[in-house]
Amino acid sequence: MKKLGAYLVVALAFFLVAKALPAQEAVPRSSSWTTATTPSQGEPRGYVQYTNYCSMCHGEGVGKPGTLALQAKYKGAVPALLDKRTDLTQALIKTYVRNGISIMPIFRKTEISDADLDAIAAYLTRNNKQ
Amino acid sequence: MRVPPGVSPSDFAAAIKQFEDALGKEWVFTSEEDVDLYRDSYSPFWHEQEEPIPSAAVAPDGVEQVQAMVKIANRYKIPLWTISTGKNLGYGGSAPLLGGSVVLDLKRMNRVLEVNDKNHYALVEPGVSYFDLYQHIQEKGLKVWIDPPDPGWGSPVGNALERGGGYTPMRDHFDCHCGMEVVLANGDVVRTGMGALPNAKTWQQYKYGFGPYVDGIFSQSNFGVVTKMGFWLFPQPEAFLSGTVMVSKHADLFALVEVFANLLNSGTVQATTTVVSPLAFGRDPELATLRASGSTKDLEDYAARKNVAYWSVSLPFYGSAKVVAAQWEYAREKFSVIPGVRFQDGASYRFPLDAEQLAKITNPVPFGIPSLQTFTVGGPRSQGHMWFSPIIPMTGESVLEAQQVFDQVFKELSGSEGVTASFPVWSFFARAFVIIYFFPIEHDVEKNRRNREIFRRLIKTSAERGWGEYRTHTAFMGDISDAYSFNDHALRRLHETMKDALDPNGILAAGKCGIWPKAMRKAKA
Repeated sequence: MKKLGAYLVVALAFFLVAKALPAQEAVPRSSSWTTATTPSQGEPRGYVQYTNYCSMCHGEGVGKPGTLALQAKYKGAVPALLDKRTDLTQALIKTYVRNGISIMPIFRKTEISDADLDAIAAYLTRNNKQ
Repeated sequence: MRVPPGVSPSDFAAAIKQFEDALGKEWVFTSEEDVDLYRDSYSPFWHEQEEPIPSAAVAPDGVEQVQAMVKIANRYKIPLWTISTGKNLGYGGSAPLLGGSVVLDLKRMNRVLEVNDKNHYALVEPGVSYFDLYQHIQEKGLKVWIDPPDPGWGSPVGNALERGGGYTPMRDHFDCHCGMEVVLANGDVVRTGMGALPNAKTWQQYKYGFGPYVDGIFSQSNFGVVTKMGFWLFPQPEAFLSGTVMVSKHADLFALVEVFANLLNSGTVQATTTVVSPLAFGRDPELATLRASGSTKDLEDYAARKNVAYWSVSLPFYGSAKVVAAQWEYAREKFSVIPGVRFQDGASYRFPLDAEQLAKITNPVPFGIPSLQTFTVGGPRSQGHMWFSPIIPMTGESVLEAQQVFDQVFKELSGSEGVTASFPVWSFFARAFVIIYFFPIEHDVEKNRRNREIFRRLIKTSAERGWGEYRTHTAFMGDISDAYSFNDHALRRLHETMKDALDPNGILAAGKCGIWPKAMRKAKA
């Protein structure tokens, strides 16, 4: 009986070690790319998707071609940063994402799903006057 | 609904139903609205009948689903076109070469399977982007670098299979891959290199395995669907240093390139840089006049007066702080054979960069950080671009010859100095130069037609001089494949032999790099 118990403990130990062995498990993810950290609580709907899919071009800071293009186009008449705008419509945002504009290409549903696009559109219109 | 060429509507409908059964309806795109998302956003055929538009798209999420896709495609002889992240803009984007193909969209296969920072490698699926892989590495705190190309939204797998390049010492992306997994047209799954030996832990450490090394046949080709790929990663270096070498005479180019080639091929310089003539830039009207009609002596005098170099190259060094300083010192010694040569110390960094430094670096790509800052280049009316990219010998003679020959083509066909005044000669790949000419694309049929004509003339002129392109847009793959014609196109005949063996029904990427399935070959002849 004691021996069986010992065997069981060893077997359990092996099992636990075996489970822990893979250094990094393959992590299934939804389509996304980001250089942002994982979102903290309280961020508005669509913030994460906007950060993941749009901020590389439309974010703040150096080397953001979308922001630079909008600055050149509007010359400060409206904010060059998309997430500071208060005049965009959800339909317009979706049109640009699904049709492209200027050098901004089309984004497919495997890159930005309809659900993610809804969230991004909600995020970019969150400050619109009602 | 569009139907693929050579497929009956009833067969196509049956195939679609089977695609849906295998993947779920959600991942089979047949509506015009959904399929139009797969158009090439930078198509040189925008608004024209010739623009190749898919008939449908399917998005599997795993090797078994990919196997199911090729089996169904074989049953009904459906032409597929594989994309990874589908961001191959400038070379065809997410659109097929053959209109009516079904796009096999692997974006959903976006798992980073492993990153190892002791032996410095990664194993990824095709839908992983450079941004994804970078984020994974940052989150896990691993001390390895990736090597992104200019835009970071592409796929390490897709880019390496296209034989693209980056800027760090790991810049030759195909060369730095190690091991792949491929689904063949018959549905079989093959792992190459050490992956063919069960339980090997060296799949991403030793490239060649045993017997014929087949990895190359899956690059720039249509012989299989790559579902996993390993990459060697650069251990995070201690330091980076750059220094610029400047020469004052036109004829100094020969020695400049000779010394550069020596430093590159001996490993003193291991990364990507460009040899430029600062006189090709600038808005000074005097300079513009001299460029158009001045002599070499005039330009040399101008350069001397204005204290600018005639030619210059910035050398990037990566490694330990002591070693990079010594490498730059050695480089200066070697370049000192050129009378009047001048040097300027450039940026230097220690890694990792802190947030303050990162905020100031407009182009972080040479430090292994993916970005889209490359899109800040290009005019306001540009709606895209494509690239003409011939390989020329790494000699001053070839640089001057190519500049003169291509300028002549532009003058003849577009009445201008060239699409861009600069002459971009790069060391993306060891030992040869690659020229990367930028062609703007606009949604203007006439302009695009003219640019296509210029492009085709450049291809032909290149071939006459022994220069061939390393990669191209789907629109020109046939033209460039024709140029590699040694021994009555023996290389293409070899490719076709392999195509017929590996994909007899021609379901994979018909026409890619001039390789057509047997059934379509007679029609193309």
